[in-house]
Amino acid sequence: MLLSYEWLTKYLQIDLTPTELGEKIERTSVEVDSVTQRQAGLKKLVVGEIESVVKHPDAGHLNICQVAVGAGIVQQIVCGAPNVTVGKKVIVALPGARVAGNQKIKKAKMRGVKSDGMLCALDEIGFDEEIVPDEWKDGIYFLPDDAQLGDEIYHYLGMDESLLDLDVTPNRGDMLSLRGVVYDLAAILNQPVIFDETPAPALGQQSSATDISAAAPMELATQYQLQVVKNVTVASSPLWLQIKLWNAGIKPINNVVDVTNYVMLKLGQPLHAYDLEKITGKNLQVRRAQSTEQLVTLDGTQRDLDDNDVVIADQAGPVALAGLMGGEATKVTAKTQQIVLEAAAFSSVATRKMAQKEGLHTDASQRFERGIDQGNVTKALNYAAGLLQQIAAGTASQGTVVGQQTPVSETKITVTPLKINQVLGTSLQPVEIEQLFKRLGFEVTPTATQLVVTVPTRCWDLKLPADLYEEIARIYGYDHIPTTLPVTNTTQGRLTEKQRLLRQTRRTMEGLGFSHAISYSLTTAAKATMFNWEPSVETSMKWPMSSDHAVLRQNLIAGLLDDISYNQARGVQNVSLYEQGRVFFRTQAQVRPIEKEHLAGAVSGSLASANWATSAEPVDFFQLKGLVEQYLASLNLAGTIQYKPTSTVKQLHPNQTAEVWLADQLVGLIGQVHPLIAQSFHIKPTYVFELDLEKLALAPKQVQHYQPISAYPSIKRDIAMLVGEQVSNAAIEAVITDKAGAYLQSLTLFDVYAGNRIPKDQRSLAYSLTFSNPQATLQDEIINQKIEKITTALKTEFQATIR
Amino acid sequence: MSLETDLEQIKQQGIEKIKEVTSEQQLNDLKVKFLGKKGQITQALREIVNLPAAERPAAGKLSNTVRDQLQSLITEKQQQLATAALDRKLVDEAIDVTLPGKNYPVGHPHVIQRIIDEIEDIFIGMGYQVLTGPEVEEERYNFEMMNLPKDHPARDMQDTFYITSEILMRTQTSPMQARTLEKHDFSKGPLKMISPGVVFRRDTDDPTHSHQFHQVEGIVIDHHITMADLKGTLAQMLKEMFGDRLEMRLRPSYFPFTEPSVEVDMTCMNCDGKGCLVCKGSGWIEVLGAGMVHPNVLKMAGVDNQEYGGFAFGVGPDRLAMLKYGVTDIRDFYLNNLKFLTQFD
Repeated sequence: MLLSYEWLTKYLQIDLTPTELGEKIERTSVEVDSVTQRQAGLKKLVVGEIESVVKHPDAGHLNICQVAVGAGIVQQIVCGAPNVTVGKKVIVALPGARVAGNQKIKKAKMRGVKSDGMLCALDEIGFDEEIVPDEWKDGIYFLPDDAQLGDEIYHYLGMDESLLDLDVTPNRGDMLSLRGVVYDLAAILNQPVIFDETPAPALGQQSSATDISAAAPMELATQYQLQVVKNVTVASSPLWLQIKLWNAGIKPINNVVDVTNYVMLKLGQPLHAYDLEKITGKNLQVRRAQSTEQLVTLDGTQRDLDDNDVVIADQAGPVALAGLMGGEATKVTAKTQQIVLEAAAFSSVATRKMAQKEGLHTDASQRFERGIDQGNVTKALNYAAGLLQQIAAGTASQGTVVGQQTPVSETKITVTPLKINQVLGTSLQPVEIEQLFKRLGFEVTPTATQLVVTVPTRCWDLKLPADLYEEIARIYGYDHIPTTLPVTNTTQGRLTEKQRLLRQTRRTMEGLGFSHAISYSLTTAAKATMFNWEPSVETSMKWPMSSDHAVLRQNLIAGLLDDISYNQARGVQNVSLYEQGRVFFRTQAQVRPIEKEHLAGAVSGSLASANWATSAEPVDFFQLKGLVEQYLASLNLAGTIQYKPTSTVKQLHPNQTAEVWLADQLVGLIGQVHPLIAQSFHIKPTYVFELDLEKLALAPKQVQHYQPISAYPSIKRDIAMLVGEQVSNAAIEAVITDKAGAYLQSLTLFDVYAGNRIPKDQRSLAYSLTFSNPQATLQDEIINQKIEKITTALKTEFQATIR
Repeated sequence: MSLETDLEQIKQQGIEKIKEVTSEQQLNDLKVKFLGKKGQITQALREIVNLPAAERPAAGKLSNTVRDQLQSLITEKQQQLATAALDRKLVDEAIDVTLPGKNYPVGHPHVIQRIIDEIEDIFIGMGYQVLTGPEVEEERYNFEMMNLPKDHPARDMQDTFYITSEILMRTQTSPMQARTLEKHDFSKGPLKMISPGVVFRRDTDDPTHSHQFHQVEGIVIDHHITMADLKGTLAQMLKEMFGDRLEMRLRPSYFPFTEPSVEVDMTCMNCDGKGCLVCKGSGWIEVLGAGMVHPNVLKMAGVDNQEYGGFAFGVGPDRLAMLKYGVTDIRDFYLNNLKFLTQFD
């Protein structure tokens, strides 16, 4: 909400600059988005008087004006506005002036005729189109006739006022009016408040009830009152009123509408004015709309209504959307003479729902959603009626017509100074607390240990003791609250075992060359279910913003492929990324998915990029597998890890993919991304893995115990063999390990060969075996026997040819 | 010619020759020539038998002296040659040490994770537990129990991804307040907890909005926890993260689950509080929201709100990372551009 600093100074003694005041409000009440003046950035705009107007000889729509801008100073200005009129005071941008958009005005020739400046319309001096009154939309603006020639124009239009833009939180609806801000500032500045706006007495003889009746159920409007004003003369408002409105960001319409908006700004009570003669049946009632009904609102939009909408209706149907906007058919026009003013308190919930449904957020709805001062409705209505007598020459009828009047009372809240100090960490004396409440204008009745605080209706959001603690805190000042640390019994802070595993996982992956990626958990339906080894149904958003982020991921790999695609499209070819995060699995019967921590990695291009000394080795299955092995080794798992070939994961290469098993559990996948999938992501050949960290976290760990380092020499033997190419390394290693006996310390595959030096369908494998006995020197014969046993077994199991 | 003269001659000759030697081979040849089994000194020694017995010891001694002298000269020369050879080798092995090293890839941590880890470590040091909650949350915990009943206007502040009318993507980490409050046994001591995690808002992604971002929630509940404690705790955190030259201020704000509620600002680190584009001229930057836990939140979680109370706060690691490192587009955190990721260690 925009609020004029100058308006505030009419009520308060303010020794602060507008910016300082803004800072004060921000620290004590609500955020202040900006402090601005409409004149900012403008230069050399002065009052001029048009002395003569002559048609431009070569351009029909242009006029050559002689404009006086001071005693004896006349400028010739060519102007295209349709409303140039001799004798009018106008806004002159002199040569060298700056107008809206930081545009500079220079001496010029227009179609051959000298023009020393520009005559300005409101939008040309920075007025937003939305606040320019309709009558000034299509022409230059006429200043008051008594404006002094050559004066700067700003003061005449209120452009020198400083405007504070308050960002009002939902709990501070009271700050949406001058009255509320004045009360709050009075408390902040510790000043007495003088905000007495006594309505002018109604001059009419008749009572409002003669011309109108009303009904409103309490659940839709807790307050509903009408007052009639007769024989108004609808015209433009006086300039002071227009300035008040446009400096609050509201467009002046006519004196009747402007008065309703002015009272809203000043007192916080939204009002609406109807043309009495257009109300069918002379009765207004608040009710829910029927689904067959329609209403054209003041913005010209035809709205299809239903029973979620609350309307004001006459006997012919809806005439206004309650709390949002009036109807076109009953609006005040230039011809209107008889007025019905409406002041109400509509339901916050209903107003909010309607505003959302209709996409219509108005000054009125903003206030009703946050609530209004229900104790001030009648006064605001009477005040507006009184103003219409003064400004629109109307005659207000006596009294108001009450459609609903729920009793309103001040709230009494009991607090104790002890508790206040306990919550805030302050050591305020009871009298100091009392003083702070009094600054807010709250009555306080102290008892032995308590304070009974009477909260006026203008602070309707304060209901609980905690609400009052906040009032004390902010008026006392957050800067004055001490800075301490909690004193409690000792608590131990540490990560859980699983949290440590996640951290260790991230460090290890980074050490292995992968950078940490964080991708979106919401993805497309297709990507959500890729690379999945667990059956799950999709978990979809009811109203996604886009199909790109509509379904919860069941894997991390697809996100990494998106990332690789992004990088490779931007010239980064070697990409190694990992992600550690949640994936979401669900059975048909579950509504809420199970969340699991996964780890995934992806390498595309080369792990290490080439330089003068290192050639870029394209990543392959075994490079990635080596990294995964390193990671798994770092977890010190007790169970055996096995890699089992699989061709069932559609998005992975059918012959370059393995399931990762830990003991008897499937814990992940590793493999090459299927060429067709790689193609669909527009990425180079890419190798990926994904592991279930939940299972790894729960898996038993090895008990770490020192093994004495053998003082006796170990014996090394090699076994090389030819076997059929379908015989896996894992199978051979299993046989060797089985037959080698307890002295086998390590088994390393050191050579694999397949090619034209050996028979087709065969490959050569060579293993190095190291034996050692920590207790004694190993005898060659014993090892020879073991080797014999191993080779015999290899021959019988795999028809191996030992070389 | 006496044996003495012969030996003297051999010695002089030897000295001359050894001096001239330039290679190991030549030196070996000389060694054989003078000291070998058929070498000149051995030859000379053989002559000793022909001498009168009285002269023999002196002659023997002299020949030994000559041999030792030559031997030591040869050894010395040998060392000289070896040193020279090594020097030549080392010269040949000269490299340009300014050439870059071979590539061993090391990955980079994500900057947001770094911030989260940092926050975790700060609070662990102050005796807090770290607890994580579900990202798919029940409406009850995300809203209702956080004092945001249906139709509460503050729900508009958080556009939500719903899965069903009861299940949603959590819009904040605050539901972990309710979840831990429900479970905590206060007879065992105070609740001091932080909860980091991913949250979601139904927003269109742009430089300052992301439908996915991070939060770290914190809550402390005990018998006498004060707003002053909140102030001190947050000051401690910001000091550890940003250093102690920056000031902090609290100003009133509104969250349904705290009362009083505050917004916490820190001196703008871009301009040191002088006012700039980043802080819109104010000199202050909003860094987090906090407040004293609303009595309704405690009550709904089954905690006696007369006996217990405390503070809660919510920090946005994305925002902190943007402020700390001058990142201007929040989407950069989720695109995983290596040119971005590798800027942080």
